[in-house]
Amino acid sequence: MSAPVPQRTAPFVMPAKAGTHATWVLAFARMTKWIALLLLLALATHAFAVEPSERLADPALEARAVAIGATLRCLVCQNESIEDSGASLAHDIRVLLRQLLLKGDTDEQAREAIVARYGEFVLLKPPVQPATYILWFGPAALLGLGFAAMVVWLRRRPAATSSAEPLSPQEQSRLETLLREADR
Amino acid sequence: MRRALYLLPLLLFVVLAGYFALALRPGYDPQTLPSAMIDKEAPAFDLAGLNGDGLSRDGLKGGPVLINFFASWCVPCRVEQPVLMRLANREHVPLYGIDYKDQPEDAAKLLAQFGDPYRRVGLDPDGRVGLDFGVYGVPETYVLDSTGHIRKRFVGPLTAEEVDKELLPLLKALKKS
Repeated sequence: MSAPVPQRTAPFVMPAKAGTHATWVLAFARMTKWIALLLLLALATHAFAVEPSERLADPALEARAVAIGATLRCLVCQNESIEDSGASLAHDIRVLLRQLLLKGDTDEQAREAIVARYGEFVLLKPPVQPATYILWFGPAALLGLGFAAMVVWLRRRPAATSSAEPLSPQEQSRLETLLREADR
Repeated sequence: MRRALYLLPLLLFVVLAGYFALALRPGYDPQTLPSAMIDKEAPAFDLAGLNGDGLSRDGLKGGPVLINFFASWCVPCRVEQPVLMRLANREHVPLYGIDYKDQPEDAAKLLAQFGDPYRRVGLDPDGRVGLDFGVYGVPETYVLDSTGHIRKRFVGPLTAEEVDKELLPLLKALKKS
């Protein structure tokens, strides 16, 4: 009845009587699964939808394909890149992209070939051209406009403190009597 | 001048309201994309046929034609099936099918069961021709003129309204030119 109930300790709480070698080993043993989980999570940051069979044997070429693919929109799930998307259309475009690169296309040629099929909408980053000037420069223009308005407003505002007329001698003496009364 | 400044919020509201009204107008679907291929020559293809004769781009030149991408696994394709049947049987539109990423047996079964509106069907088992056309989901329907240039794309199932208001007038105009 009085057998000690095994205590469940929170994962990262150090043993109460820290110091001896054995307690540290125990604490570490308790933490291993959490450490393993953290390591696994660290690995998971580069989880692409790319299937092993799509990957090119040449790592340099594959790296280029990944870099280009990350800038191309999947048209089925319209806010994902084709590298991230599991849609079968994304798979098709990934394969096409790799075929183009294997054929010897430059990055630019490969991108162009896909834009020719699907339009500029496939580019996740819209190109700078007259139709997108508002998109690219609008925010900066608004900021500049706001700044200009602020400058105008500040200039027009009657300078309240600095350019006020100096007190007349009567006012000055009245102020002094008031201050003296307040001090008393 | 000062008073005009007070009208600024109202002006902003009108501009925003106009913008929203434009984006919310009936029949507007922001997910529908304009085809990048409009007025360009259709990509070359030469496909094996479902029942004997194959289908190629150059074989379709000489008159406006419709190319419809479909598949037996595609549910919206069944929705547009009656519309396609009407196009083929009543309007006598030259309609050709491309069976996209599909098994030929399944496509044959589908056409036997629901009726076959196509003059000929080409097989595109790996979707490569679809990719060249810029297809991003079946069904899609392309209008090709007599020189093999793409003049219009319909994304999703064709509706009777689209047929009457856009497709038939376009075909008529293409036939004249």
